[in-house]
This record gives sequence, structure tokens and C-alpha cells, in this order.
Amino acid sequence: MIEVAQLTKRYGRHTAVEDVSFRCEPGTVTGFLGPNGAGKSTTMRMICGLTPPTTGTATVAGRPYRQLPNPGRTVGVLLDASAQHAGRTGREALTVAAATMGVDRRTVGAVLDRVGLNAAAAKRRVRAYSLGMRQRLGLAHALLGDPQVLVLDEPANGLDPEGIFWMRGLLRDFADRGGTVLLSSHLLREVEAVADRLVVIGGGRIVAQGDKDELLAGDGTLVRARDRAALRGALERAGLPVSEGTAGLIVGADTDAVGEAALAAGVALTELRPAGGGGLEQLFLTLTAQADNTAAAAHPTVSGATVRPTEEPVR
Amino acid sequence: MTTATAPELTRSAQHRPSLARLTGVELRKLVDTRAGRWLLFTIGLVTAGIATLQLLYAPDAEQTFVNFFLPSLLPVGLLLPVLGILSITSEWSQRTALTTFALVPRRERVIIAKLATLVVAALASLLASFAVAAVATLVAGATGGAGSWRIEGTLILHATVFQVANVLLGAGFGLLLLNTPLAIVTYLVLPNAWAIVGELVRPLRRAAEWLDVGRTMEPLFTPEITAGQWGRLGVSLLVWLVVPLLAGLVRTMRREVT
Repeated sequence: MIEVAQLTKRYGRHTAVEDVSFRCEPGTVTGFLGPNGAGKSTTMRMICGLTPPTTGTATVAGRPYRQLPNPGRTVGVLLDASAQHAGRTGREALTVAAATMGVDRRTVGAVLDRVGLNAAAAKRRVRAYSLGMRQRLGLAHALLGDPQVLVLDEPANGLDPEGIFWMRGLLRDFADRGGTVLLSSHLLREVEAVADRLVVIGGGRIVAQGDKDELLAGDGTLVRARDRAALRGALERAGLPVSEGTAGLIVGADTDAVGEAALAAGVALTELRPAGGGGLEQLFLTLTAQADNTAAAAHPTVSGATVRPTEEPVR
Repeated sequence: MTTATAPELTRSAQHRPSLARLTGVELRKLVDTRAGRWLLFTIGLVTAGIATLQLLYAPDAEQTFVNFFLPSLLPVGLLLPVLGILSITSEWSQRTALTTFALVPRRERVIIAKLATLVVAALASLLASFAVAAVATLVAGATGGAGSWRIEGTLILHATVFQVANVLLGAGFGLLLLNTPLAIVTYLVLPNAWAIVGELVRPLRRAAEWLDVGRTMEPLFTPEITAGQWGRLGVSLLVWLVVPLLAGLVRTMRREVT
């Protein structure tokens, strides 16, 4: 289990992560979503004791990471697949890690098989690895200590579609056997297929979190008109929370209210439907856009345009 | 969350890696890359090369064990600090610090293991110097050289201090600067800087006697060292070895690993 409480990281005047709190429970895969630069990696490095937080705490299996006696046997960490010595072979990189953790050396071969790196690949130096192979090696490294928790930063980066499919299966299986998985991504489809829970971060703040199904259900409305500006004006005059989506406007109200507001303003609609079908992408774009828009405000809140309020209130 | 509900760590997760195990890992990391192997190989090659030159060109009377042993210390003493620097800085340049410190978050333990490894490497280099000097002495004895085996015990001790200090000097610079080229250049330029500045600025000449490691280590090549010479060596090593090691340790503990 991972528990993150009010983590904040400032670099001088720049705040990379602000007041981030969430929990990852055993048996679940938590997708940590956000655009590049949103603070995902910084948060994960703070969880793993590599970056000291300005304020706040993070615990893994009930302890701060730095107080885990032999962390590799509790948490498998993959933060950057390229962070391996270019001059070591894949097998050697794993052997060094196995020796550090006190894992039987035979495990190295088993774990290489599990991630699909064959004997020839294992003998090559990491310098010659493609990004996809490095990701597989990194995943092997994370699995080596037979941990109960996985913390993976953009693990699907560089994997081909077959590799991504394979990884989803591996993570699903890991969670189904009682493991806890936290994986980050800036690509929504990757996470949508495997995650049980979502934590969405934008501009260093959490903009939404909760069960994936709940987040996706939403109670907002997607509405389109030829005259988008007029529609937006009409909805705003009616006091409805509006945000821009890719397909149209996303409104935090039911279709009745939206239709009546449009009628009152004399705007002809070309589409009007519940936004739920728009999927995670809509949610993601909307939320992160809101985070950007409100970043300047003193204490931003999500207006709840497309999503139900999350289990934990969003600050 | 109370501690009562905190999940128990599995047995294997409760045992932190011992310093002996970490030192073993660091020894392995010293030799499991081409760069590391080449550096060690070069150290051996240089030692053998110097002995060969002496066999060819030194006067027969000077072809003794001590005379084969001592000259090999200098070039090795120049390469050992590079080994010390690389073993520390490559973690950052190759970005392996991310995995190393994720597996061992108590970073000071990794550093201690690295220093222990470097001391082992320095001792191994002494053994190499001994072996080469022994072979050279045998050859000298067979080819008309003096072939004398006499060596004072104190000289062996001094040579050990010399090489261990050299490798740790490098480690200190690496730990403090955390950047390979910067640490190597600084380390190599420093003795020359002393020589130049010491000559130019008269008041600094006296300070150089206490601070220029190149000069304070010279007595280590002789069997007898006075208390005063030990004192100067101690002061210079305090400034250039102990202080950088401690400051570098603090820096490494605090540094963000990305």
C-alpha cells in the first residue's frame, strides 16, 4: 500500500507539486495521469525517497521509503528506464541488483524470461538496447525482489502495441494477486485499460481522483453548436459551468438544462448528449485544462463540470 | 493510520543489506564494465612497463626489489585517484544513482561500501606492484643485476599509506564535485597550481609545506619519517582528503536523485 499525504515540493519560487494526497490499496492498479511537467515524476521520486519533499509525507507498506530496511523486497521501482549503466549487460545490471537485495541469482534468469528478454538480449550491453528493451529491463529490475508494491513511471514509453498489451496483463495479474500498483502516464488509453483507480494531476495539483468507473460515468453534458462562442455565452449567462472539450463544450448540468439554455438564447444545437461516452480523454483534457486555467487563482477548485465529485474531496 | 494496521514486511524485506554485501556489490561494479576493467588493466600494465624499462636501462647495481617496487608506486598513485573519482561520479553520469539509492536509501552505507572497495583496490594495486617487482628481481638476478630482496617493513607500510591516501583523495574529490571531468581536472591541476602559486606568492611557500599533498607525501618513499613529516602529511590529508570526503558525504546525502 502507498499513502501520500499533503506532499509539496518547491524549487525556489516554483512549486512543482502542491498538496498532493492519495492512497493506493492492495489489489488495485492506480493510474497516475497528467500531462508532461504536471509533477508525476517528482511525486514518485518523493515516494521513493529520492527527492526530499518540502512538506508532507509518503509511506510505502506503512513506512517512509527511507526507513524500509531492504526496499527492493517491498517495492519494485521503475522511475527511468534509461538510468542503467550503458556499459553493463542487461543480465549484469540485474545481477548487481540481485546481489544488493540478497536475491538468489537464479531469479535473474527467471525474471528476464518473464519480461521477454531472451538470452541473446540479456548478454548485450544496455547501450545497444532500444527504449522498449530498456523498459522491459527496468520492469525486470522492479520485479526482481518479488515486491508487493510497484511504482512505475511511464513504463509503457517506447513499448510497441504488443508490448503495452503484455504489460497491462502483467500489471493486472500482479494486482489481482494482492499487489499494489501505481503507474504514471501522460497517455490516457494506456491507463484506461488497466487502472481501477485514477489520480489526475495538473500543474502540480490533483484535479480529480476516484474509481475509474465513477470518474468516467460523469454527469456532465456534451453539447455542440455551429456558433460555439454564442453557445458558450448562453450557457454562462444561464450560470452553468462550462469548459472546452475536444468534441464540444462540456457542461456540468443535465441535457434538459443545457437544451433550455440554448433555446432561450436562440442557439441551434448540432449535438446534445451525456458526456460519459467521451471517455477518459475528455475528462483528462478538461481537468488538466482547468488546472492550467486556475493555476493562477489563489485556491483553485474543480467546478465539477464533467465528473462526479471524487471520493476524497478535491482541494 | 496506526502502526497496528501497518502491513508486516516479509522476512526478506526486514533484513537490510550488510556492509559486507554492499562492499561485494561495489567491488563487482568496479570490474563489470569495460571502463573499469581497462583502468585496472592499465594500472597493471604501467607497473609491468616501468619494471621492464628498469631491467633494460637501470645500472645493474640498482636492480633491486626496492628499486623495482618504489617507482611503480607513482604512476599507479596517479591512476588510483581516477578510479576513486570514477567509482563515485559514474553513479551520477550514468544515472545509476537512481537505482542504487532506490535499493539502498541509506546513502551513507553505499558511500562507505564504495570507500571500502577503493581501499581494497589500493591494496590490490600494492600486491600487483609487489608481484611485478618480485618477477623483475628474479629476472635481474638471472641477468646479472643486483637482485637484492631486502626491503624495510616501514617502507611497505608507507607505500600502503601512499596508495590508500591516493585512492581516497580521488574519492573525496569525486564525492564533493559529483562530476567526472570536473573532479579529474581539479585533482590533476591542483598539485601544479600549488607549485606555481607557491613560487609566485612568497607567504604561501610555508603553507605549501603543510598543504601541498605532492610534497607532504614525498617522505612516504623513504623508510624513515620524522614526527614533523607525519604532522605535515596529516594536516594536508585532513584538508584535501577528510574535509572533501565529509563535505561530499553531506552533499550526496542531500542531493536530489533524478
